[in-house]
Amino acid sequence: MPDDHRPLVEALKDVPHEAGVAKPDPILVADDVMRHFGGLVAVDVDHVEIQRGTITALIGPNGAGKTTFFNLLTGFDRPNEGQWTFEGRQLAGVRPHKVAKYGMVRTFQLTKALSRLTVMENMRLGAQHQRGEKLFASIFPFLWRGQENEISERALRLLESFNLAQKQDDLAGSLSGGQRKLLEMARALMVRPDMIMLDEPMAGVNPALTQSLLDHIREVRAGGTTVLFVEHDMDMVRDISDWVIVMSQGKVIAEGPPHDVMSNEAVIDAYLGTHHDKPLTDSGEALTAHPEEV
Amino acid sequence: MDWSNVFSQALTQGIGIQAVIFCLAAIGLNVQFGYTGLLNFGQSGFLAVAAYGLGVSIAYAGWSLWVGLLVGIAAAVLLALLLGIPTLRLRADYLAIVTIAAAEILRLTFRSVTFDPIFGGSDGINRFADDFYRYNPYSGPVKIGPADFSQNDMWIVTIGWILVVILSIIVFLLMRSPWGRVIKAIREDEDAVRSLGKSVYSYKLQALIIGGVMGCFGGFIAAIALQSIQPDYYSTDLTFFAYAVLILGGAARVLGPIVGSVVFWFLLVLIDGALANAVSSGAIDFIRNDQVGQIRYWILGISLMLLMIYRPQGILGDKKELSLDAR
Ligand SMILES: Nc1ncnc2c1ncn2[C@@H]1O[C@H](COP(=O)(O)OP(=O)(O)O)[C@@H](O)[C@H]1O
Ligand SMILES: [Mg+2]
Repeated sequence: MPDDHRPLVEALKDVPHEAGVAKPDPILVADDVMRHFGGLVAVDVDHVEIQRGTITALIGPNGAGKTTFFNLLTGFDRPNEGQWTFEGRQLAGVRPHKVAKYGMVRTFQLTKALSRLTVMENMRLGAQHQRGEKLFASIFPFLWRGQENEISERALRLLESFNLAQKQDDLAGSLSGGQRKLLEMARALMVRPDMIMLDEPMAGVNPALTQSLLDHIREVRAGGTTVLFVEHDMDMVRDISDWVIVMSQGKVIAEGPPHDVMSNEAVIDAYLGTHHDKPLTDSGEALTAHPEEV
Repeated sequence: MDWSNVFSQALTQGIGIQAVIFCLAAIGLNVQFGYTGLLNFGQSGFLAVAAYGLGVSIAYAGWSLWVGLLVGIAAAVLLALLLGIPTLRLRADYLAIVTIAAAEILRLTFRSVTFDPIFGGSDGINRFADDFYRYNPYSGPVKIGPADFSQNDMWIVTIGWILVVILSIIVFLLMRSPWGRVIKAIREDEDAVRSLGKSVYSYKLQALIIGGVMGCFGGFIAAIALQSIQPDYYSTDLTFFAYAVLILGGAARVLGPIVGSVVFWFLLVLIDGALANAVSSGAIDFIRNDQVGQIRYWILGISLMLLMIYRPQGILGDKKELSLDAR
């Protein structure tokens, strides 16, 4: 396992634990991103940076604006104002498929497995630069068969690590909710993204698979891909993330390493809605006591 | 009229000119609607621009048959671009509205008095396809089993079914390729496809063009077979019959349009002949002879409704696939 990410993770040690703080080597930098629906301000982020090569968790109570923020960053929704750069490239106003091509790939909170395609076809769809996706080349299989085989091999290796290899010929619509989540994540990895954004990857996933999924996310990081994920399972957040960003009512209210953030009073207030004098360090029960209904 | 005649009439029409025309129109719709999920309600417009492109090139401009065919195809591509570019970024229903309106605008333009010198008004364009029949290899009428074709009909029907086979093979190749995978994925969830770095807009436009060009061959066959281009042939009925053919045969199945159009025209003519026979022999006395034409559509409509209820996937479709929630 390569560990080029180590220095990038280590570099977070010296970063102050405060909202909107600058990172040593940010892959994503967002400024003044604002989105309102009628009178409701869903997202109002002054400044946020994501450190390259790390696993960053984005947490916050239901309705905090996490999904909307994902939608804005990836071009699926348009902000009322704001800009952001990814790998130094301005991305505001860029169409979603271009955002994905530039290396920022997201999954959806409500899974979008393509039900009537097989699991394998779902995976193949993720691969980029396919000759067979060109209209005229497509009717001459000899032009793309070789590449298709390579893609299928890579897809199979990914499916194996997500425990979906036996399902490769099944229609995706026949999978359980948790399996669809896994498929969607594996499919996103087929794009070979520089940064993958997972919206609640664990929701509905069989707890027996949790550990292997966590291992897989670490492998993704080890492979040089930056991970940003939204999650409500605080054990997972604590287990895996290098850095945690907390949103509440559209704003970033706190940042820091997991332990620090979970004992932060502002964070506990945001989650519980009332002042709470007991820190949520070890058990994390107070935070998981209000799981999001999906 | 006797019963064996009714049956042989139905068989003849089941593999005859109308079946070919609607099969070609439905092959185009299959690419657009069946595989991609695009609601093109203006397929008649694609057949019309092809037919008029051909007719005007020959009868008005004095060009050859081959140039006429190229003009017709170019017109279909242009129409697809005109309809697709402004609407395909919008919600799916916008394409439906715009296509149905555009097809009617085209029909009314073709039949208008203003353009009479070019398009021939409501009389259309006639007797322009002699060149086509000059190549006719058949030397007389042809019988295939109980089906019966005149020399000229046999020639156009032969060319028509050859086209059907070629286009069906192309659809087959397209849909088992990575291109077809993107297309089928778009039908299910556009955002998922976008999130994987594919331009949904570009693929939809390609599908609209391909489907329009495939359908436009139906317009060529119609124009040449009848040696006549009548504006009112290209009305919305044509589009809806083509949809009926596609859904009857099974959408998103390569052979769906073929099975659908053969069964559709066989049944339509069979019902028509049987009713007419029963009325004139006195077996049915509550329908007049001149009502048979309308009543056959009632029966056909009811049959299609029953089909949708008991076999919504069509004759060739896959029930299992249909029952999966696509969204
Ligand atoms: N399309 C929309 N129209 C109106 N309100 C919306 C829309 N999308 C999200 N919202 C609102 O914006 C707020 C943030 O939602 P969301 O981003 O889904 O939160 P989270 O993912 O953090 O739970 C919520 O109050 C939600 O109701
Ligand atoms: Mg959410």
